Amino acid sequence: MQNVMFDRIQKEIDNHDVVLFMKGQAAFPQCGFSSLVVQVLSQLGVPFKDINVLEDSELRQGIKDFTNWPTIPQLYVKGEFVGGCDIIREMYESGELQALLQDKGIASAA
Amino acid sequence: MRMSERIKAVIEEGLPSSCVDIVNESDRHIGHAGHDGTGESHFKLEVVCNEFEGLSRVQRQRVIYSLVEQLFDENLHALSMRLLTQAEARLNTKE
Repeated sequence: MQNVMFDRIQKEIDNHDVVLFMKGQAAFPQCGFSSLVVQVLSQLGVPFKDINVLEDSELRQGIKDFTNWPTIPQLYVKGEFVGGCDIIREMYESGELQALLQDKGIASAA
Repeated sequence: MRMSERIKAVIEEGLPSSCVDIVNESDRHIGHAGHDGTGESHFKLEVVCNEFEGLSRVQRQRVIYSLVEQLFDENLHALSMRLLTQAEARLNTKE
């Protein structure tokens, strides 16, 4: 059962450069922490795939086990876990997030 | 023991040289899905500890998450963290 979920998560992060596992949708976040990460990515003009963990309780637990990280949101860039809300905010404020996205060749519309 | 005291206690036990500051922010999350009404679910944490030297942000948070793991099985729902070495804390005195 867990393998099926892990395969599904792996496929999402393989198929999309920037994936945000969040509560709610990008257009309607249902948690302040998820909302903050959406705002940062939108501010940077970075297109991303939003995945609402509230729609699927197996995914909600599965992504925590997959990343070995107990909280949501979780941001993946090019298949790599970057962090949750605090880390993304700190990296954005210091410019590290912008540098990372540039390094990974993620085009920004901003 | 209150949740905030338990969080502080497990971190201080796991990282004896650390300085831990914790604020309960649960009342800012009333009505939100993860709020169970106990008032002991959302916390803001600052830990200054030289054990963080050389660790990435993700690695630092994993150290803390591993220490408080069993508390997430109880009421604990969210932990906002600032994790600094002593040198970083001296440079970064905002807030």
